[in-house]
Amino acid sequence: MRKITYEEAASEALLEEFRRDDKTVHLSTDIPPDLRQEFGEARIRQTPISESSFVGAAIGLAGSGFRPVVNVRMATFGFVAMDQFVNQAAKITYMFGGQAKFPIVYRMTVGASKSFAAQHSISPYSMYMNVPGLKIILPATPYDMKGLMKTAIRDNNPVISFEHMALGAMEGEVPEEEYTIPFGRAVVRQEGTDVTVVALAKMMHETLAVVEDMKQEGISIEVIDPCTLAPLDGETIKASVAKTGRLVVVDEACITGSVAAEIITIVIEDTEIFRCLKSSPKRVCGLDVPIPYSPPMEQYALPDRDNIKAGIRGVMT
Amino acid sequence: MINSNEELLNLYRVMLTIRRFEERVVIDYHSGAIPGIVHSYIGQEAVATGVCTNLRLDDRIISNHRGHGHCIAKGADLNRMMAEMYGRKTGYCKGKGGSMHIADFKIGMLGANGIVAGGLPIAGGAALAAQLEGGDKVVVLFFGDGATNEGEFHEVLNLASIWKLPLIFACENNGYGVNTPVKYTTGLEHVSERATGGYGIPSVVVDGNDVVAVYDATKKAVAGVRTGEGPVFLEFITYRWRGHFEAPGMPDLRPVEELEAWKKKCPVLRFERALLEKGIVTKQTLEEIDVQVMQQIEDAVNYALESPLPAPEDALEDVYSA
Repeated sequence: MRKITYEEAASEALLEEFRRDDKTVHLSTDIPPDLRQEFGEARIRQTPISESSFVGAAIGLAGSGFRPVVNVRMATFGFVAMDQFVNQAAKITYMFGGQAKFPIVYRMTVGASKSFAAQHSISPYSMYMNVPGLKIILPATPYDMKGLMKTAIRDNNPVISFEHMALGAMEGEVPEEEYTIPFGRAVVRQEGTDVTVVALAKMMHETLAVVEDMKQEGISIEVIDPCTLAPLDGETIKASVAKTGRLVVVDEACITGSVAAEIITIVIEDTEIFRCLKSSPKRVCGLDVPIPYSPPMEQYALPDRDNIKAGIRGVMT
Repeated sequence: MINSNEELLNLYRVMLTIRRFEERVVIDYHSGAIPGIVHSYIGQEAVATGVCTNLRLDDRIISNHRGHGHCIAKGADLNRMMAEMYGRKTGYCKGKGGSMHIADFKIGMLGANGIVAGGLPIAGGAALAAQLEGGDKVVVLFFGDGATNEGEFHEVLNLASIWKLPLIFACENNGYGVNTPVKYTTGLEHVSERATGGYGIPSVVVDGNDVVAVYDATKKAVAGVRTGEGPVFLEFITYRWRGHFEAPGMPDLRPVEELEAWKKKCPVLRFERALLEKGIVTKQTLEEIDVQVMQQIEDAVNYALESPLPAPEDALEDVYSA
């Protein structure tokens, strides 16, 4: 199968969906050249650096029958428009009793690792997960990026696509033929028998990288990628924990109030699954600090392969 | 600019409907029948009326926390509005929104908004939609003087200006943001100077208590916007008779003399007098209209009272669209 990058997969998804539906509109401060060339200035609209206005304008477009895709760029910039995300986009369907649909995709990059420092590095998905009315995708591979993005554009709700900054150039197999990926289905990236490791975004790849080392130590890990956070596929995770009896969640977002905490809660609240546990579940997450600039500190603030291995060993006791 | 008596009587009827609806809502709120928070539109009726009577069904409006008047003037159903106030299943939002979140997308009423200036970017998007559709639809954005200090106000003025959006900024300057005078929060004589001086959007200051003046100014604005001339800013000078919202313990810090002076400029009575003086209508006709309007309000309350409350578990519906 041909290989393309994560970013190319996103571009392909947009191009195909914009051809498929002429109600699609793109808003962003940086213009995607391929889209602009094919669909023109009116539909592929450049915006001022004015986040509240274009995050909110997407709501007005959607409520008027259009299907906007907004590239907010970094998730840290999204905070400038929090009223429009939280008070408006997330609540508007509900507040008005479901009388109108608001199909919107908001793209934002997340993560750290590039010495961009605190105001250009963050993984804030748990904050948005705490807001009913938003759907959240977290593609970790080019294949998932394309399939989930196409589903997101066709969805009739506000969808946030969190895209890890370090994955943009990563290549992966993506078929030429048309496909979409439904929301709410986690993928078992690696089958195993001793420990279930739910790993998010870039950490999914870091976890796959320790599978062999763990095997050398006699530990068989099962790696699960949730793919979407809202909806979250708790059933696949629980079924895996029922088999392994052990759970580690790996994510680079800060540990407090994290998606990792939510995933563990979903598992242990299920009495049947709780009874299957052989040890306490464990989080391997980012430290509770703003992301620092200098490389030694930044690396220290994020989980690495050694932290992941230690976490896995920790639940084997 | 208004030629027919029929049009004039329609203005009167719409304005009076808003007044009577609001009077009833205030009573029913304080009796405990309507829960939550209610922001009364009494005193500002001429604005919603004079603006919305210039609009077609397919034109769109975005409203704010003080939004009942805009809904009524755009043609919303009083029964479903009152049912929403009463938290009933038959309300516009199935009881999920209440006073501050009434919407009727079928008549181009894209929703009232409880966050000051929160609806402004949404209106910008609705206006962009109208522009992309390629027709001559216009979007009217209702907001108060208070919203002009929010960042979203400036961002949307800018977008409207650079994209020449078919958007009418209908600013209801009632002199106060909650209890803070606009003279204190604004370093200019008129907030509309921000639109014109800062963003090159033409503006007009209009007597917001004169329904004919509001109607005429809006008619001219709508005509220009429909032909693609870009956004217009209308600043309507008006006053609300009630406090910022209906709350028993909430002090109203505005001077009593000021309120009394504005009551003398009541938009409804003022128009009523003009109609009578010009011999356009008889006292008897006006009384008949009032009786009919009062009956409509009574019917709306009865509709609300006879409507079922939502089941508690209805709270789980409509978080997402199918």
